[in-house]
Amino acid sequence: MFSESISIALAGLKANKLRAMLTMLGIIIGVGAVIAMVSIGMGVKDKVATSIAGLGSNLLVVTPGASNAGGSRQAAGSSITLNEKDAIAISQEVAGINLVAPAVTRSYQVVFGNQNWTTSIQGTTPDIQGIRNYNIEEGSFFTNQDLETRARVAVLGKTVAENLFNGGTPIGQTIRINNAPFRVVGVLEAKGESAGGNQDDTVIIPLKTAQERLMGITYIQNINVQATGTDVIYQVQDDITTLLRARHKLPTTTPDDFTVRNMVAIMAAADETTSMITSLLAVVAGLSLLVGGIGIMNIMLVSVTERTREIGIRKALGARYQNILLQFLIEAIVISVTGGVLGIALGIGASYGISSVAGWNTVISSLAIVAAFAFSVFIGLFFGIYPARKAALLDPIEALRYE
Amino acid sequence: MSILLSEVTKVYQLGGERVNALAGINLSISPGEFTAIMGPSGSGKSTLMNILGCLDRPTAGSYMLDGEEVATLNDDQLAITRNKKIGFVFQSFNLLPRMTTLQNVALPMVYAGVDKRERLARAEQVLGMVGLESRMNHQPNELSGGQRQRVAIARALVNDPTIIMADEPTGNLDTKSGDEVMNIFSELNSQGRTIILVTHEPDIAEYAGRVVYVRDGLIERDEWKVR
Repeated sequence: MFSESISIALAGLKANKLRAMLTMLGIIIGVGAVIAMVSIGMGVKDKVATSIAGLGSNLLVVTPGASNAGGSRQAAGSSITLNEKDAIAISQEVAGINLVAPAVTRSYQVVFGNQNWTTSIQGTTPDIQGIRNYNIEEGSFFTNQDLETRARVAVLGKTVAENLFNGGTPIGQTIRINNAPFRVVGVLEAKGESAGGNQDDTVIIPLKTAQERLMGITYIQNINVQATGTDVIYQVQDDITTLLRARHKLPTTTPDDFTVRNMVAIMAAADETTSMITSLLAVVAGLSLLVGGIGIMNIMLVSVTERTREIGIRKALGARYQNILLQFLIEAIVISVTGGVLGIALGIGASYGISSVAGWNTVISSLAIVAAFAFSVFIGLFFGIYPARKAALLDPIEALRYE
Repeated sequence: MSILLSEVTKVYQLGGERVNALAGINLSISPGEFTAIMGPSGSGKSTLMNILGCLDRPTAGSYMLDGEEVATLNDDQLAITRNKKIGFVFQSFNLLPRMTTLQNVALPMVYAGVDKRERLARAEQVLGMVGLESRMNHQPNELSGGQRQRVAIARALVNDPTIIMADEPTGNLDTKSGDEVMNIFSELNSQGRTIILVTHEPDIAEYAGRVVYVRDGLIERDEWKVR
């Protein structure tokens, strides 16, 4: 009986091909839009997640608080309350830590030959490699020995290397940072953009060289800490806070003179934001699917009215309530399911199109495909049931008399 | 007794007004009878026909069809009864457009749950009985009026019903096609089928062996012809 209803419904649709196609278009666009929008949203989410992960996994960054010069509070991080001993204390006294790298950063002009480039100079320890996932492309990173001897050596970010050397080999060359000569020992692999800007626009030199030979300071500007895992990172954050308060002898009523930023927490916040963007896009696209559903209902109502006499004839010949109901319901579902399948193709095509034309990152989500398809079937059922019931409940005598 | 109506009434509510379409009909029709129902418009003959055809239920009274009470059946049961026991022939043919002759004839068997191969074989055989097997792949609009009515008769016969109900079957036909169609009914009757014919043309009623005159919702006269 069911297969009979399907063939009757298909014959009904064939009789009005253009109309069925136009109605289907509503669903095609709706399903396609849901899939394309979700894939854009997922693409953004994916990109944000990779760029945050690019900063280093399980990363905590300790920065000093705002300095207070005569009642006027300066920017956060301007205080000079952190020093290298704090970093050593953290690595020795706090459990659940892999690596600790104190660092100073300042912007200087870098010169090689007739080329110059202004970039941020980071003074830090070799442990920064493991924390920030720096990989060496050419040469090598500086060593702990270089750190202790305050050696004038530098590791260049890819952007800096390209701008100063124009494709030439930087290793072994001498560059001038703020007029002081530094020997280039390595070039980092490109890492691309991240949440903090271009990660390749940097020069890394040993911490003590930077403090004593370049900047003339004894304090440090941040401490990068890598925890052993996501599960301990909040505990590590609390422990660092407790330790630094004790070391800085802060009374309980005084606020912290430093900040511990937890990249996992930042990632969670970013993830929440991008998830919200994705849902928002999906909801807007879902609305167009709903409009498509209303189109189905509209056309099915027209169809029932037009075919009142046919319904009367079928009933006179012995069609029962469920026969007529199934006939019209299946018509609606065929429209929505066919539209759904074509919409999936459109959505996937659009995602690829968007990523190749606009250059946006898109991630096709199988969940979105399944959900959009299921929703389109549901819409066919939901908007098909009322016209189908209307048809099935027609009085055969009235229907036969209908002109 | 294939049909037995006792004290059948039908009351409509028409804009707050009660209309007694049937005011107490008693009628029995034996198997194999060819009965014509005649009457002016408004006499209630259409209502009677709808009730006899199980398209409608009486307000009160009893309708025994083949020994089964059908006056109290629900819509689906009525549909099943129509499908199995009654074959309809309408004035305006009522064939489905965009379906071939063969598919039209096979349609009642779809609702009887007969499988497709058997359906088409049976439909072809019945089309042969009305002399239209050569037209089985034509659509109704490619046929003449007389041919269409013969297709409709084939469709009425296909589930081998107890009764053939014909409502003004010659109303849209010229005299010659009308006669052809009536001859088919006579032949079906001579094979032992019960035929009920609703008409207002005395010439057509002539084919029947019995004429029931309806007026004001009551049977006015019931004439038997001696052949």
